[in-house]
Amino acid sequence: MFKRIATSRKARLSFDFEGHRLEAEDGDTVAAALLLAGERVLRSTAVSASERGPFCLMGVCFECLVEIDGIPNRQACMVKVLPGMRVRRQRGAARVGST
Amino acid sequence: MSAYDVAIIGAGPAGMAAAVEASRAGFSVVVFDEQDAPGGQIYRAIERADAGRLALMGEDYARGRALAEAFRTSSAVYMPGTIVWNVDASLRINYSGATGSGEVTAGSVIIATGAMERATPLPGWTLPGVMTAGALQILLKAHELVSDDTVLVGCGPLLFLVAQQMTEAGSPPRAVVETTAPGALRRALPHLFGALRAPAYLRKGLAMIRQLARAGVPVYRHAQAVAIEGREAAEAVSFTIKGQRHRISAGTVGLHQGVIPNQQITRLLGCEQDWSASQRCFVPRLDPFGETRIQNVYVAGDGAGIGGAVSAALGGRLAALRIAARAGKATTGEARSVMARLARDRAIRPFLEALYAPSDEVLVPADDTLVCRCEEVTAGQIREAVALGAPGPNQAKAFLRCGMGPCQGRICGPVVTEVIAAARRTPQDAVGYYRIRPPLKPLSVAEIAGLAPAAEGQPLD
Repeated sequence: MFKRIATSRKARLSFDFEGHRLEAEDGDTVAAALLLAGERVLRSTAVSASERGPFCLMGVCFECLVEIDGIPNRQACMVKVLPGMRVRRQRGAARVGST
Repeated sequence: MSAYDVAIIGAGPAGMAAAVEASRAGFSVVVFDEQDAPGGQIYRAIERADAGRLALMGEDYARGRALAEAFRTSSAVYMPGTIVWNVDASLRINYSGATGSGEVTAGSVIIATGAMERATPLPGWTLPGVMTAGALQILLKAHELVSDDTVLVGCGPLLFLVAQQMTEAGSPPRAVVETTAPGALRRALPHLFGALRAPAYLRKGLAMIRQLARAGVPVYRHAQAVAIEGREAAEAVSFTIKGQRHRISAGTVGLHQGVIPNQQITRLLGCEQDWSASQRCFVPRLDPFGETRIQNVYVAGDGAGIGGAVSAALGGRLAALRIAARAGKATTGEARSVMARLARDRAIRPFLEALYAPSDEVLVPADDTLVCRCEEVTAGQIREAVALGAPGPNQAKAFLRCGMGPCQGRICGPVVTEVIAAARRTPQDAVGYYRIRPPLKPLSVAEIAGLAPAAEGQPLD
């Protein structure tokens, strides 16, 4: 489990993940906020539906793809949490017009 | 469409230093950065770091702050949160960012896209909870997050640095499992004398290892047959040392086998590449100033071959000085003294490269280990494709779709080259690499369409 060891507090904000309300701090990426919340599975693969989570956290591996505010294929490690953001796991391949 | 004298891709130490020097020389400069603030990965979130985080990450990290300040006060146009998705031979750059897509042209381009971690294909490496050691460091550096159930596996200076930083943060890893082969130290010793030209690195390394010992972090050496166990997510790391199987429970696993240049843009441009046997990766062929065989295209920093942050900044400066000298501009620095400092700083590398050579298990994984994470292709399938006549990565890709998923081969590419080279008993540079094509990152159709009116003056609808 991840915990935060910050010495100075930043503004807090909340967002939605799979219908649950989660807290984040200003500056958190979606991937970081989800890991802190104990969410290790962010998607399942298009090939075998095996579950995956963040791997490189620097935009290289594309393992942390999620759906954000209805738009699929977003890299959770490259997107900052915004208040009220709606995040969902990406199950299998993204479908055009699925939302 | 805007035109700049110098376009720099990446805002890590190399990109920032290049931008400072090129601006000082009076050039118009644009800097593209995928991240939302300067620093690259090594100095990530440096501008937001408070005293506590600077102390935690150490003085080598804190050094990035002065560079970021110099970069911010320079006249360079900074484009954060912007992905460069094409660069062509006439130095036209296509990008996409918060304000949509755009195109610029440049007199010179400095590619400062840095390094990425070498892929570490092992049984279980796709399980959620398994990350790169660099990812764990990013969580600590940028978000002040640390996990309490971590085992670190692999080899290289970063593995020990992350272990030390986690310890400093009050959450030491449960163990460091080192995969270096017996005899690595003996092979590295001939390079020790040269490494003494950069003694600060040796001192830092020894201090890290001593701190881990003091904190009681177990270090397992010469581990083989490493596997990550778990049903839906990582539960444990198991490995063999001297015939004995070990198992340590872990919900978070940090893998590391060194870093390699990010090759996407140099490959896209068709820059010649050479195989580095000591760094075990491809490096672009460059002149002493960092210029590729394509005139006015430079590579600076770890993308030019792994040298670390100090060398990266020197390399960025050197490229900018070269561009200034070519244009007949007066410059404040001198290329010769920068080159001398670069040589001194890099003196540690042959020692580190010999000491922390990646393990064969990871370079040439077992048949049933996944190599391409996106398309789920195993090493065995690649060997079958070779047996059927696929001579290189591009044919394997046509057979199996490896490298055709969303990461576009970034992760599996170097492994596929190694697996084919070993299977064919052919050198890696003869086997080659995936052909890299635009767009360099997945784009929406809207992002491409958004570019069209500006580029051609013709709306698409």
